[in-house]
Amino acid sequence: MTESPTPNDADAGERARENAVESATETETESATAAETEMATAALEPASITVDGLSLSFGDVPVLRNVSLSIEPGEFVGVVGPNGAGKTTLLRAISGALEPDAGTVAVDEVDVHSVSSRASSRLVAVVPQDTSLSFSFPVRDVVEMGRHPHRSRFSSPTPADRAAVERALERTRTAKLADRPIDEISGGQRQRVVLARAIAQETPTLLLDEPTASLDVNHQVETLELVRELVGSGRTAVAAIHDLDLAARYCDRLVLLADGAVHDVGAPSNVLTTDALAEAFDATATVTTNPITGTETVTALPDATVRDSIATDVEDGSYDNEDTDNPRSTPARIHLIGTGTAAAGVLSRLAAAELDLSIGPVTPGDAAEEAARRLTGESSSAGVETIRVDPFAPLSADARDELDACIDAADATVLADPALGGETGRVLELVASVEQPVVVDTQQFADRSGASTGGEGTTSEAGTSEAARTRYEACRKRGVEVPPESVLEGVATALSETERTERPRDAGRPADATMPDDGTAPADDAADGPTPPRESSDD
Amino acid sequence: MYRPGRTASWSAGLTVLLVVVALGSAALGPVRIDPVTVAMAALNAIAVPTGVSTSTTSVPVLGFSTTVPTLEFTGVFDFEVAGSHQLIVETIRLPRIALAATVGFSLAAAGTVMQGFFRNPLADPSIIGVSSGAAAGAVAAIAFPVLAPFSSVHLSAFVGALGTAFLVYGIATEGGRTPVATLLLAGVAIQAFLGALISYMLVHSGDDLRRAVVWMMGHLSNTTWGDVRFALPVALLGVFVLGAYARELNVLLLGEEDAHHLGVDVERTKLLLLALSSVITAAGVAVAGVIGFVGLVVPHIMRLIVGPDHRILLPTSALAGASFLVATDTIARIGPAEVPVGIVTAFVGAPFFLFLLVRREVHSL
Repeated sequence: MTESPTPNDADAGERARENAVESATETETESATAAETEMATAALEPASITVDGLSLSFGDVPVLRNVSLSIEPGEFVGVVGPNGAGKTTLLRAISGALEPDAGTVAVDEVDVHSVSSRASSRLVAVVPQDTSLSFSFPVRDVVEMGRHPHRSRFSSPTPADRAAVERALERTRTAKLADRPIDEISGGQRQRVVLARAIAQETPTLLLDEPTASLDVNHQVETLELVRELVGSGRTAVAAIHDLDLAARYCDRLVLLADGAVHDVGAPSNVLTTDALAEAFDATATVTTNPITGTETVTALPDATVRDSIATDVEDGSYDNEDTDNPRSTPARIHLIGTGTAAAGVLSRLAAAELDLSIGPVTPGDAAEEAARRLTGESSSAGVETIRVDPFAPLSADARDELDACIDAADATVLADPALGGETGRVLELVASVEQPVVVDTQQFADRSGASTGGEGTTSEAGTSEAARTRYEACRKRGVEVPPESVLEGVATALSETERTERPRDAGRPADATMPDDGTAPADDAADGPTPPRESSDD
Repeated sequence: MYRPGRTASWSAGLTVLLVVVALGSAALGPVRIDPVTVAMAALNAIAVPTGVSTSTTSVPVLGFSTTVPTLEFTGVFDFEVAGSHQLIVETIRLPRIALAATVGFSLAAAGTVMQGFFRNPLADPSIIGVSSGAAAGAVAAIAFPVLAPFSSVHLSAFVGALGTAFLVYGIATEGGRTPVATLLLAGVAIQAFLGALISYMLVHSGDDLRRAVVWMMGHLSNTTWGDVRFALPVALLGVFVLGAYARELNVLLLGEEDAHHLGVDVERTKLLLLALSSVITAAGVAVAGVIGFVGLVVPHIMRLIVGPDHRILLPTSALAGASFLVATDTIARIGPAEVPVGIVTAFVGAPFFLFLLVRREVHSL
């Protein structure tokens, strides 16, 4: 309090002088380390990558054909595409490891193929798909190898080198492994060590070849979060990523490679479309929005033959009332009863098979409801007739009628994780009219309804869930039970069975079509009672 | 992380060990000389240039005289040592010990480099046929002096060794790239071919058979300072330059593509490593014959002790190899009848290596 007017300034000046003296006399002090570290970090500016007309072949086999890309500084670009599309080759050509037959690659406007490997290794760090090390170096030494491009022949590690290595170990959470031999840690840990090596290299660009391939789901996300973070702190990253969902989630832009050529470049939502995936991957896949991450989720479906088999069923079936030359003219109508992501996935698969769909009852905000709304919004889709009900409310008479109509109009009914609380039993009651429901085995039904009973705890609720379970079991017994990925096969089976056993049905689909069970009592009363006669007759 | 101080202290310790082993070795032999006398005799042998004297030489053909400067050497020390002992130590034992140290130094260093280069624990200095080439050259010079291009066994062996190394490298190189696997296979094939050639020459060598076989087993007898003057500079220079490439050798262990990404000029480095280790191996085997096991086992032993980092492994292996060969050569010569040192290295080295293998986990193999 009685100090000179500017104590802080005087203090700071003295400290600075002391620091200057200290760093001048002893370069290895902490302050010097900190200063050099800051310099090294500050020097890192992301670089652009420009690929121009790149063509490359292995022997006579062309692997890349006239690939041109322009990657902005500070972008995280994912390279996606089917196996053998040339993803790894593209990365190897960008890194300078492979000489192209034609075209150039410029990183930070430097042609990587015309400079020394030392110069290019200061521009580009690579995380290869697999790294083997024959001798048991400690992890820290392997990370230290990332400093090689920055060191002169006879120098020993400088404080900046040491700081970069420690920082890289920290960032990849491999610091606790630092003294373990590289050949005694797991494959996933090794992958992170190699990433640490690339970080220690402190290059403006980072190339990663399947960085998540050998990692568990937790570390996949962790690794890509880290890459995202590195991009945020001044790097440009290009990664070949197998997992389209992860690619969509973390990359700014995607490059879709197919057969050695760029099929499409752009934001994930523009690149990952059903049509593009069909062309590039030759796969039937559907793209939906992941309700949790809000990014694109790709669900690959069994190949086109299954879709065709359903179409064939439709064609042969008598519900095809017009142009028989075109099997798709009247697709089979399917009603889906289910909730949550399980039902959303099933709905996507069914939609991809271009079937006529209805779903319900679902509550607004449920993943299945969102999927249905999105499919309806899509111009290419005919729309999904959706029966919406309020959450936690009893099934209204209107909803019940609507549901009954949908089930009746449908050529097949699919159950996928119908967890509708106390109303599940009443919904399933209506399924009793269906000869052969397709039950998608999600193994969640029992758990969920058990949980809901536990929560409410009343005897009537317990009775409901008991009834619901009985009905669900009944459906499983007489229906076709399939895992989620085989839902189309299940539907195909159910359709062919229906065709064999049932008389031809009217293909008309207005919801108010004649209902065989018109006499059913309104939903609101006595649904908690004993098993209705209809179901017992089915049992 | 790598600490230069650790390399320095290990190297210093192993140098002291080498001096102790050398003095002990010089004390042993048919004439026992106590180590203190040996040390004094050895110091007496050190001479430094102290001045330049000029002598006038006439050039007969051109018919005029010229002045030729000559360095004058003066002994630094002048200890009282019996004349015979001084002679035995200075002209018989020390050159042999110095050559053993030089050859052990070269072979262990070359073995370390080759094991790293090929990423193969079974690699040794002669993996690309250097020793076979040397043996073929030497046997040719011994058994068919008329046919051999060089009458000197040493020169013939040296040329044979380097010629083989270049041949193998040339065969394995295509389009500027030398795949390690191709190199290894070419080396194996050339070794087999040369083996057949050597066998053929031995069968028809007649009276020279014994001399040829002894040469092939490795020998250090009748060494002169001239041999040392040939091999030592090559070994020191070669290992020094190899040491400068120790970090590249480490990075190459990650695989060639990774090494490229980390700034190593892969093909150039490979050529340099291969050429240097071939030259130091060739210089060693040319003067001492084929001495096996040193280049294989010493790097392994040192890797168990100091770890796989070539920055410490290379110098310590070289120094340990020197001590190892001096010690085994001592055993080879002090027995009732001298045996080729190559026999002793394997006889002593193999059980020692097996002992280490059993005692400690050799995970790096």
